This record gives sequence, C-alpha cells and structure tokens, in this order.
Amino acid sequence: MNWQVWLPLLVVLSSLLPGLIIFVLPENRVGLRTVLNISGAIAKLFLVGWMLWGVAEGHHFEARLALLPDIELVLRADPLALLFVTLSAVLWLLTTMYAIGYLEGSPHRSRFFGFFSLCVTAATGVALSGNLLTFLVFYELLTLTTYPLVVHRGTEMARQAGQSYLIYTLAGGALLLLGTVWLYTLTGTLEFTEHGFLHELDTAHHPSLIIIFILLIAGMGVKAALVPLHGWLPKAMIAPAPVSALLHAVAVVKAGAFGIVRVVYDVYGVEFAQMLNLLTPLAIAASVTIIWGSLRALFQDDLKKRLAYSTVSQVSYIALGVALFGPIGTIGGLVHLVHQGIMKITLFFCAGNYAEKLGIHRISQMNGTGRRMPLTTIAFSVAALGMMGAPLTAGAVSKAWLMDGATAANMPWVVWVLWASSLLNAAYFLPILWRSWFLSQPYAWPNDHPPIRQWREAPWLLLLPPLVTGTAILVAGVFATFEMSPLAWAQLITDREYFRGVP
Amino acid sequence: MSVALFYALAGAGLFSIGLHALLVHRHLLRKILAVNVMGSGVFLVLAAMAAPNAIALSDPVPHAMIITGIVVAVAATALALVLMLKLTAETGQAVLPGREEENS
Amino acid sequence: MTDVWMGVPWAVILIVLPLAAAMTAFVWPRISQLLVLGCSLVIVLAVTGLALQLWYHGVFHHALGGWGAPLGIELYADGLSLVLLAATGLVGAGVSVYASAYFSVEEKRRFWPIWLFLLAALNALFLSADLFNLYVTLELMGLAAVALTALPGSRDALAGAARYLFVSLLGSLAYLLGVALLYHAFGSLDIAVLAERLRPVPAAWVALGLMSAGLLLKTALFPLHFWLPPAHSSAPSPVSAVLSALVIKASLYILLRLWIMLFGPFAGDGVAAFLGLLGVAAILWGSVQALRQTRLKLLVAYSTVAQIGYLFLAFPLATVASWNATMVLLLSHALAKSAMFLAAGNFLNFGGHDRIADLDHIVQRLPLSAFAFALAGVSLMGLPPSGGFIGKWLLLEAALVQGRWDLAAVMLLGGLLTAAYVFKVLGKSFTQADVACTYQPKEIPARMQWVALILACGAILLGFGGTPLLPLLEIGVPFDGSGP
Repeated sequence: MNWQVWLPLLVVLSSLLPGLIIFVLPENRVGLRTVLNISGAIAKLFLVGWMLWGVAEGHHFEARLALLPDIELVLRADPLALLFVTLSAVLWLLTTMYAIGYLEGSPHRSRFFGFFSLCVTAATGVALSGNLLTFLVFYELLTLTTYPLVVHRGTEMARQAGQSYLIYTLAGGALLLLGTVWLYTLTGTLEFTEHGFLHELDTAHHPSLIIIFILLIAGMGVKAALVPLHGWLPKAMIAPAPVSALLHAVAVVKAGAFGIVRVVYDVYGVEFAQMLNLLTPLAIAASVTIIWGSLRALFQDDLKKRLAYSTVSQVSYIALGVALFGPIGTIGGLVHLVHQGIMKITLFFCAGNYAEKLGIHRISQMNGTGRRMPLTTIAFSVAALGMMGAPLTAGAVSKAWLMDGATAANMPWVVWVLWASSLLNAAYFLPILWRSWFLSQPYAWPNDHPPIRQWREAPWLLLLPPLVTGTAILVAGVFATFEMSPLAWAQLITDREYFRGVP
Repeated sequence: MSVALFYALAGAGLFSIGLHALLVHRHLLRKILAVNVMGSGVFLVLAAMAAPNAIALSDPVPHAMIITGIVVAVAATALALVLMLKLTAETGQAVLPGREEENS
Repeated sequence: MTDVWMGVPWAVILIVLPLAAAMTAFVWPRISQLLVLGCSLVIVLAVTGLALQLWYHGVFHHALGGWGAPLGIELYADGLSLVLLAATGLVGAGVSVYASAYFSVEEKRRFWPIWLFLLAALNALFLSADLFNLYVTLELMGLAAVALTALPGSRDALAGAARYLFVSLLGSLAYLLGVALLYHAFGSLDIAVLAERLRPVPAAWVALGLMSAGLLLKTALFPLHFWLPPAHSSAPSPVSAVLSALVIKASLYILLRLWIMLFGPFAGDGVAAFLGLLGVAAILWGSVQALRQTRLKLLVAYSTVAQIGYLFLAFPLATVASWNATMVLLLSHALAKSAMFLAAGNFLNFGGHDRIADLDHIVQRLPLSAFAFALAGVSLMGLPPSGGFIGKWLLLEAALVQGRWDLAAVMLLGGLLTAAYVFKVLGKSFTQADVACTYQPKEIPARMQWVALILACGAILLGFGGTPLLPLLEIGVPFDGSGP
C-alpha cells in the first residue's frame, strides 16, 4: 500500500470519520462538533487538492477491495471523478459553515451533522467510483443518508416529503441494481473504461443493451430529477436550507447527473451509444425536462419551490450536453455540472437567509429586500442572472458551449430549446429581482430579526458562503479560459473521451 | 398379506387417525393423545421393518430407532402436559385460546 | 500452536460442552451465568477451530466412541454445516450476553439450562450426517425451543408455546415416518449411502413428500407459516431472536441437505418450481402482512415469513451460485433478524408496549437500538453494503443468467416492500415527539443495546466477507450433489 492507494480512501474517510464521531457526541458539545465538521471539510479539501495536483502530474490513484471473488469495490481518481469531487468538497465546506450558522440552537444537531457528513461521504464515493458496482453501493448509501436530512424537521410535511423521496429513490435504485446485474451477466466486468467496455459485445446483445441503458438512465434519472421522475424534488424543499443546498448542488441531484455522464461515457462509450441511437432519446428527455421544469417554476409563489423546479430544469442541461454527440456539447454539459452547482447553491443560501432573517418564504413577500439585505440580494441577483445565461457569469459559458455543441451535433432544435429555457428563466427570475430592488419595503416583514449592525444583515456564517459562491460565479464566467478553471478541466476530460487522450 | 405388511399398514392407519384427531379436536388432552397415537403409528411401521424375513435376521437398527423415539415421545408428552396444566390454571380451560384453533 | 488447534476434536466439544453445561447449570444455578458466557465463548472458539480443520483437511468425519454407522453416531462437517455453526456461535453468544441482562434472577435460573440444551441441539443437528440423528436433534431442539417460548408463563406465551409444540411434533413425526420408509426401501440412514441407492420408487416419493412437508412446516414456508407470527412474537425477545435467526434455519438446513444430496436429482423441476413458487408467495404475502401490522414484534415476525421465501428461490435455479446466495442470505438474515428482535425487545422493555403508532417516544430515546434496527433493516432490504446485498446480488445474477425474469422481479419488489415496512418503524425516529415523556421508562442496560448493534454491524460487515466466505462454503463441495 502506498500513498496512491491511500489517498482516495482518505478522501472518503475524511468525512466518514467525523460523521461517525459526531453521532456519539452529546447534543451540547457544540464547540467540538464544529471543530470536527470544519476540520473534516478542510482535510477533505486539502486531500482533494493533493489529488488534483497528483493527477495533473500524471499519478494514478486507485484503491481496490474485493467484495466477492470476482467483483471489487474500486475507488479511482480520474479527471471526471475529480471534477465532481472537487465541486462537492468545496461546496461541502461552505455548506457546513452555513449549516452551523443556520441551525444554531435547534434540536438534534448531532444527528443532523452526522448524517450530513455521511451524505457527503456517499457523494464522494459516487464521484470516485471506479466501476458500476461501487457506484451503486455509494448511490444507495446516498439515498439512505439523505433521508434523515429530508425528514429532519419532523413535521407531517417533512414525513411525507421523506416518504416520497424514499419511494422514488429506492425504486430507482432497484432499476439500477437490475440493470447493473444484467450488464454483469453479459460482460463479466463493470469497470468504468474510457470509450466504454460494451462495444466489443456481440451484436445479438444489442437489444438487451438498449433496455439496460433505459434501466440505468431511469435509475439515475430519479436522482437527477428527469421528468417524469422528478416528483420528489419539489416536495423535498421542506427540508432546512442547508439540506436543500446539499440536495440540489452538492450531492444528490448531482450524483444522478454524474451517473448519467458515467453511463454514457465510461460504460457505453459515447460513440457506441450514438451507434445504438440512444443519445437522441436522451436529448429529447432532457429537453422535455428543461422546458417542463421551467414552466412549472413560473407558477410557483413559494421561493424554494420555484428554485426546486428551476433545478429540475437546469440539471438536465448536463444530460443534454452529454447527449449532444460531439466534444463541444460534452464540454458544455460537464462544465455545467460545476456551474449549476455554484449558482444553485448560492440561490438556496440566499433563500435560507431571507427565511431566517425576515421570515420570507414567498416571492410575493420579497418587495424591497434589496435595500434591507443588500449583500444577500446581490449574491442572489448574480446567481439568478447566471441561471438566465447573462454575460460574464458562469451560466453564459455553459450555455454558449451547449448551443455550439447543438449546432455541431446537427440538432438545431436543441438551440431553440435552450433559447426557450433562457426566456423562461428570465420570466421567473426577473420578477423576483424587480421586486427586491425596485419595489418599496413593506410596512413589516413576516418575521423580522433586527440587524446585528447596520451593514451586517445576517451572521457572518450565513453571509459568507453565498458571497463566496456568488463571487465564484463571476470568476468562473470571466476567467473561463484560465488553466485550472472548470471549463479547462471539462475540456481535458472531453479530450480523453473523443480524442483518445491526445489533446 | 405378510404380517410385516399388515403391521406397516396398521401403523400408517394409526398415523392418519392421529393426524385427523390432532387437527379436529380442540381439547389439549385430546391433541396430546392424538400426537401419541401418531407416534405409535410410526413406531409400528418401524417395527414392521425389523421383522425377520427370508434374507436376514431381525434388524437391530429400527429397534434402536423405536427406543430412542419412545424416549423423545415421553419427553414431548411430559412437556405438553405441563403446558396444558399451566394453561388450564391460567385460563380455566384446556383449549387453545385465540383465533387459530382449527390450525393447531 | 497450529498442531494444538488441529488436534482438538472441536466438533465433539461443540456438542458435549453445552450439554454438560446445561446439566451443571440445572443442578448448580449459582454458577450458571458464568457457565453460559464461558460456554458461548468456547463455542465461538471451537467453530473457529473447526473452520481451520476444514480449511486444511477438508470435510470432517468423526465416529463417536469409535462406533461407526449404522449403529453408532457419526459426526460430519462440511462448508454448509460450518456456516450454520458459525451463525449459531455468533448469534448464540450475542443472545447469551443479552439474556444475562434481560431476565431477572429467577427467570434466569430456568432460562440458562434450557438455552444451553438448545445450543447443544443446534450444534449437534448441524454436525449430523444421518437421517435419524437429524430427527433426534430436531426434536431436542424443538422441545427446548417450546420450553423457552413458554418461559414468561403468561396466557399468550403458554398458548403460543402449546401451538408451537403441536406444530413441531407434527412436523417431526411426518419427517420420522419418511425416514422409516426410506430405511425400509433402501436399508440405510446415512445420507451419502442413501444417495447412491435411491431409486424413484413409490416409497421414495412418499418419503420425499412426508419429510419435505414436515420440514417445511417447521421452517414456516408459506402457507405453512401460520404458527410462526404468534409464537415468535409472544416469546421473550432473546428467544424470539433465536427462534427466527436459528431454529427455523435448522429444519431448512436438513431440507437443503436432503434436497441437494438426495431428492434434488430425482424430484425434478416440477417440485423445485413448486417450492420456488411458494417462496415467491411467501415474499409477497409476508411483506404485505408485515406492512399491515400495528405491533412491532409481529411486524418483525412477518418479516421472517417473507425472508424465508428468499431462501427458497434457489430451488428452481439450482446452481452452485444460487445455493451460495442462499447461504449468504441465510447467514445475514440470522444476524440481521436477531439484531432486529433484540432491538425491538429493547423498545418493548423501555416503553412497556410495542405499538408502532406510539413508538416515537421510545425510539428517539434509544438511539443505539434504533441504529441497530436501521442497520439490520438495510441488510434485510438488500441495500449495499451488507450481507443481504451480496446474497441478493448473487441470487439476482443466477436468476438473470437463467432468464428467470419473474424471480428477479419478485426479488426487487420484495426489497422495496421490505424497505416500506422497515421505514414505517424508522420514520418514528424523526418525528417531533415530545421526548420528555410522562411515564417512567424502564432503564435498558447498555449491553442489551450494544449486543443488538454489534449483531447488526455483523450483518453489514458480512457484505465485505464474501471473498473468504464463498471458498469456505465449497469445502466438501456440498452444492454439486456429490457429497458427504
């Protein structure tokens, strides 16, 4: 065992161990719990940074554990894995800080942060999975560890949301299991391989492979909230704001989208998938989701519900990018994996701040929030503009690449889908911005907490995370062409997939 | 019809009668008796096999089985009787309470 | 050191030690607790020793007192026996520790001797190689189990025990009659010898029917499961755990052995398909019934009915892989279900009731037990990483290779139904219950919580133990029908 084996394991353990210790901590050990949380998150960030450096240097990180005589658990750090793992490690640190501030003084915090850490552990495992079985293991673990967070509040609404979450995700997991075992009986291997491992299979198996593709995508699509498998996501917004951030940006939805990327690129191989005519149906499913999610978002008055439907729509950009045959669309999809994450997490942080400080849950209550909470509202506005694809934001970069990709893949209708989506995004975000900046404040807020000092509209733990991610949206948009930007990383991955590693 | 076959058929008959009684009767003592009748049927079948015939002398293995079986049956009967007495003391009657009388 | 391990007749110790301890505990109650705990430890050691012996020397034969078959008693062990002995050792040790805190001094005086008899009977059963020894040990086990069920002395417990006794006697008498017929027709009781002589004559068919029916009744396969939920739920919790985890597995073990070595080849696909169908029905019926229960222990008992169904899906598949899957499922069910019953026992003891609707006050004050229940549930659902997952994976793979989509679908559906009833209980951990409750709860000793948790963790860890376990199972290749 050398450090190249240990590193992926340590990345997983860096959130698992703090999580397990936190479970046994008494409720009132706030200081120790905070130290554990933050040090775990920083350790993970450090280890991921180390791994990024190592992969750029050409090192190969892999850990294996035999589960059955011929089936192994594999953790491997390839560029695609690092894209997701870096995203979730960075956002986890911010979300943890935010959650510590948000949940201050509320009950059951040991339980909450324990499952919170386990949830990120599972997401890290999903990212680092080196084969479909490992992916399945962590994917199901993610389901189990997220459920307690969704029902954390313990109200009747939360119970129903948790129930619906379980029904969707466990059924999806069953489909995924079926597809995985079936695939295994055909090939005898499940190892993620560049360009896929199925193209050498006898053509007699092609009908089975198509059905397996549908099973796998349906299994992943539940978490990625592909229409019509998205029903759980808007209901789950009943959970506390940090959990919504986790669901929408860090772990759950991302794991589903990431799984779709994995299946298309490293199980089937994009060329083989194109040969089986699987990409166009996927693109159609993604497009339907994009339009449907946006349309539903338009009619929500509840702020978090509108954001949830917005996620339904935006996450499918990733699946859409993957389904556009050709490198440009792929780059757009992959980079959106990161960009959607930072934009949506900013929006949820801000929504949490509005709810926490002013008691605002509805869009109709948001008049004049810009003057009362300027920093939060600036971050919110940047993220909303990013979602619309406004210039200089991260969203613009994703959308530009996706549109070019659609043209390159000779699917002009996708360009129209993207334009329509941008218009709808504008239609449901601009009214919010209008209300908060240009309408006057109401006589009283629903549940006002007086500001601590004049400029500090919220405790710094609640304020810092959205400001950081808001800045990141601009940075990722303006400096997209720099060497270590998400875009550059996405290009590196795409090079490997399409051009056999030769840039 | 040889004697051995007669014994074996009689044993099978006893087993069936006991089974019928076990299923039909509600009183615990009758059930216990029924189980014992079934046991005797099985032992009779075993004894029939041990009978000497043209090829071999009497076979000791079934005899050993019968003796062991009887010991087991005695123990089981004792346990059943204790349970019956306890249940009678508890409920006032020696029948199985509850919904599933017909089953056991 | 190795020689010492290899030289000791571990198999004999496994039977003689608990038997002697049982009698000692009976005449000398004061040291009985010490005796039981020591005995449990030695059993675990002895199983380890036996595993080493099997690993290096292959299958194990031992003629007690130098008397071989047919009159003497021969001990026999292969991979299949070893897995069940290991389950007995682990669950037995856990239950011994649990019971030492669960029962009052007066109850313990009666519990320990019978419990040791049960352990001796289980070990002896798994080490027997001839049909009549199997009968004797089966009866000894049944009587001890009935006595344990009756221990609380309440109306429900006595009635449950009496019902259980009659079912058990009926099952073993049917089995014994089948044995008599087989002996009459083929002149042997040794399974290996019988396997060579067996011909498809009417006597063999009748024997097959009688023995299978008797054993299925004792295993509580649908529709012969009617006696299980009341008996298993009315017994004291440690006893419920043993009944569900080990006792029903004993008759299943005999059935597996008979089927694989004796009846399988000539009974043919029709009977196997029928058993598989009963398994399917058990999964669906048991799960739905479990979901409908309002009492926790009944829910767990019906869950056993459902899980038994999984163990019968291997019969129509009938490949080495599917039998391996059955063994992994059997072992993980033993660990998970005992953990679940022990956790349920903690809830019941703590709050004085097991109504699921009012469980939230209790569950939230016993987080360790709730966690144990959750981990056990994960294994039962077949979610990774757990022994249940490995078993389900292997079984699913075997089903798909043979194109049995119906069985695959039932497995997945069964998993979802299991999730439904497990989360029906677990959801109670997350309600806004007023935890500062009005009644005075009974204190639960720490070890009762930890035992449940450790057994549940065992079921989870089994998910990583497939690599050493499967080669162990192949000792004596019990599953290709060539054996002992």
